[in-house]
Amino acid sequence: MYRGREGMWSWILHRVTGVAVLLFLFAHILDTMLLLYGPDVYNTVVGIYHNKFFLLMEVALVAAVIYHAVNGLRIIIIDVWPAATRHQRKLFWGAVAVIFAMLIPAAWQMLQPLFEA
Amino acid sequence: MATPNPGTGIRYAGRPRPTQSNFELYSWLFMRVSGVVLWILVLGHLLIMHVLNSVRDIDYAFVENRWANPLWRIWDWTMLILALIHGLNGVRLMSDDYLRKRKHRVIATILIYVAAFAFILIGSITILMFRSPTGM
Repeated sequence: MYRGREGMWSWILHRVTGVAVLLFLFAHILDTMLLLYGPDVYNTVVGIYHNKFFLLMEVALVAAVIYHAVNGLRIIIIDVWPAATRHQRKLFWGAVAVIFAMLIPAAWQMLQPLFEA
Repeated sequence: MATPNPGTGIRYAGRPRPTQSNFELYSWLFMRVSGVVLWILVLGHLLIMHVLNSVRDIDYAFVENRWANPLWRIWDWTMLILALIHGLNGVRLMSDDYLRKRKHRVIATILIYVAAFAFILIGSITILMFRSPTGM
């Protein structure tokens, strides 16, 4: 049984997070380009990122990158060591544990401005 | 389809290594090699920019100071190139999966190459041409 199990969800999430991160990369290349127009232009535009609303977007972006990175590593492990397939469920839940272990402290640190005032 | 992992007795293990053309084999290999390099570059970038610093600290002066060191420009430029090709190659693989008509796949592939060219050009110009007005 493949459909609806860990394998399918991890595969779909890998695609969704990959596209989301790529779309942010496009925006990030354009905002960084504004450095060439001097401090006033650049600081005005990146000032938008300092808005509290963007804290949630920031956590979502970091979560997407961490998921894509850890799940990608899981895929590589299975590719170079096919016997890992026998432990694929353990490998999947291990990846989930690593993702939360990385994300929770990072999110805690990024969300500090919410707790301050 | 041939057994993906001959000699192991395992029929399904990850995506089988492409054997139809060298291009798809190199694409497959590139995704894995660039993925490992991006692990360090991107997670390091997020750690430095979002955890050790805060997005609220990042302004023109911050970047000016950071890019005074050419090693950060090399880091950022390597990350730019690898991330764009890795991401757009992923979109190319998805368009081959989801677009049923050959014409649509051809249009999507052209758009992907145009986007790759444009964003690599814009990003490279930014990283390589930036000059600090205060001479830092």
